[in-house]
Amino acid sequence: MTAKIALALLLAASAGYSWDEIKGVMIMQGFAGLSLFSIFLLMALGLAIIFGQMKVINMAHGEFLTMGAYTTVFLSWLCESYAPGLLAWYFPVAMILAFFVAGSVGFLVEFAIIRHLYKRPLDTLLATWGLSMILQETFRQIAGARETSATMPEWLMGSLQPFEGVDIPINGIFLLGASLVLTVIVVINLYYTRSGLRVRATVMNRDMAGAVGINTRMTDRMTFALGCGIAGVAGAAFTTVGSISPSAGGLYIVDTFMVVVFGGAGSIIGTILAAFGIAQAQSVLEFFLSGVLAKVAVLLAVVFILMIRPQGLVVAKIRK
Amino acid sequence: MPNPTTRPGALSRIMRSVVMACAAIGSAMAVEDGWTNPVLDKFPTAAVNTTGLATGDHWVTVGQLHSVTGTMAISETGSVEAERLAIKQINDMGGILGRKIKIIQEDGASDWPTFAEKAKKLLIKDKVGTVFGCWTSASRKAVLPIFEKENGMLYYPTFYEGLEASKNVIYTGQEATQQILWGLDWANKEKGAKTFFLIGSDYIWPRTSNKIARIHIEKHLKDCKVVGEEYYPLGHTNFNSLINKVKLAKPDVIYSVVVGGSNVSWYKQLKAAGITGASLAAKKQLLLTISTTEDEVRGIGGENVEGFFACMKYFQSLPNENNLKFVAAFNEMYKDKYAGKAVVGDVTQAAYLGPWLWKATVEKAGSFDIDKIAAASPDVEFTGAPEGYVKIHKNHHLWSKARIGEMMLDGQFKVLAESPELIEPNPFPEGYK
Repeated sequence: MTAKIALALLLAASAGYSWDEIKGVMIMQGFAGLSLFSIFLLMALGLAIIFGQMKVINMAHGEFLTMGAYTTVFLSWLCESYAPGLLAWYFPVAMILAFFVAGSVGFLVEFAIIRHLYKRPLDTLLATWGLSMILQETFRQIAGARETSATMPEWLMGSLQPFEGVDIPINGIFLLGASLVLTVIVVINLYYTRSGLRVRATVMNRDMAGAVGINTRMTDRMTFALGCGIAGVAGAAFTTVGSISPSAGGLYIVDTFMVVVFGGAGSIIGTILAAFGIAQAQSVLEFFLSGVLAKVAVLLAVVFILMIRPQGLVVAKIRK
Repeated sequence: MPNPTTRPGALSRIMRSVVMACAAIGSAMAVEDGWTNPVLDKFPTAAVNTTGLATGDHWVTVGQLHSVTGTMAISETGSVEAERLAIKQINDMGGILGRKIKIIQEDGASDWPTFAEKAKKLLIKDKVGTVFGCWTSASRKAVLPIFEKENGMLYYPTFYEGLEASKNVIYTGQEATQQILWGLDWANKEKGAKTFFLIGSDYIWPRTSNKIARIHIEKHLKDCKVVGEEYYPLGHTNFNSLINKVKLAKPDVIYSVVVGGSNVSWYKQLKAAGITGASLAAKKQLLLTISTTEDEVRGIGGENVEGFFACMKYFQSLPNENNLKFVAAFNEMYKDKYAGKAVVGDVTQAAYLGPWLWKATVEKAGSFDIDKIAAASPDVEFTGAPEGYVKIHKNHHLWSKARIGEMMLDGQFKVLAESPELIEPNPFPEGYK
């Protein structure tokens, strides 16, 4: 990697760029990698809980993300129409609301569909895929087929200029902050609270957990709802960088599974590492190659590494 | 298939009475529908419909084939609405050859095999003959062999990559050279642009367009060069690395052929990285696109695109009388849906031309037969086009103008320049392959 950067610098220098320009672009490029990392992390956190902890293959994960995004769009429209004064500060409220909207739908979905399928993991794949189609059509009926986007508060737009020639996008900083806060909340919740302990106990040994008095059904339901709620928050955060359409969820689902599987299902640390690795690799390759080639290279690398290490980067230690 | 029965005479007698009965019911229905053809004696059905199309004494049936579900519904809805408006207006004027138009609408569902299947249904089962439809090149390529085999006529509204001309298609949008060459000339002459960075979504239309653009820049514009060419997958949402590359290359023109949902991410991230219309203008740079219309800007938000330029043949803000009438009629017809704030883009306008051009052609040919329509199409004019005067070329594309619009905060475009003459469609440009 260092050799490559050195080579690039040499090329750049010979192409007549000044040192300041190269430095500026390197800083911005570093940040581009970080903001892609935060996007991957936000997408994958919810799934890391649902797929990683519960082993439910939730193909409708992207739709919970879309649900959170639509909640934000709806709230921004509401503010614009009835209370333009609140437009500057509706966004944090939208994120919290997105959590509860997506979370409660997740709660209902677990109750109606998922709980009947814990013993048949492949069937959850089909059931949740069907669910994703139903949800997409529902969005289309309610919100219309066109691409929409939320009106962003002024303070989220534009860029910071720490010095001449360097623009750091404010929405990127916001995304990074949101993903870090959310990760900390999830880790604390899973590893340092009673409810997290119950989740881990249920995952490791359902019968044993039930025997010691844990309500495993309720634990499942809350865990699934939590994962969906986090997807909702991620969706809300994405409205700062992208667009919303009924089928937008499908764009994210592949990358999301890639991150979670690559990181080693069941490990939050693994998810973070995988998100960071894939994001940096993709961002650097996009800069030196081209968009399509970068994607191909990253996918090949992931396939190759998973062939050598099928369990993913980090393995949760569970006694079988 | 040979008739296996030993008494063909009897069968044909039965068939004839069945046909007669159907015709009787059909004409009775037409009268019940409240419309009788005032000029039937002048244009008897036997004369204007010799190939068994679903065209009776009082009514003519056409097909409409767009995606109203799936990912392309976003783009195709405007076309569906514009075609219906044109057909309603034609019906209000008394129809075509005294016959009013009925529509059979099918949904291509953003899925190319479905388009092919529905095209077969419309042409073979419904016998509609003429179809207004398709949007993406992929859907057009999927139905083209069916239209050629079953001898139907497709009115296709989208600007596209060219390299195609069919007897069975009328292309009411621009082919690539009509949209690209004049726009590049404008950037070079009016803005003094010398260096171009070409960016596109990764499929046939952007790639073909950029190929033509590159050849034009390198061979036909003096001292100009391409300093970068990049493609990203459809639906891509992260453009930060690309934006950094553009910043380093400092092109005079960022030439964007990014389509669909990617557009929103692309423009939002440009703005977040400090690249706006104003910041580019300060450095004598500009962003020129051939893929962003009023329709897309509605999703992107005017604040993210203000000051960028687009090259199209039509903008909603065109001040001519035809266009004012068209936009008003569109708003009137869909007032419940858009509350008077309808957004009309380039393709929507091109879709509106379809039924009108078909009407003019049928009247010129004096027939609904597809062969006669195909033969009569060249030189058919439409003076009431919102974009101004248009005429069909013998290669079945339209002569039309090109225009440059500057994007405004409210999502509309300010028309800055237009080509002095109608530009000849040239789907197989020599020297641009």
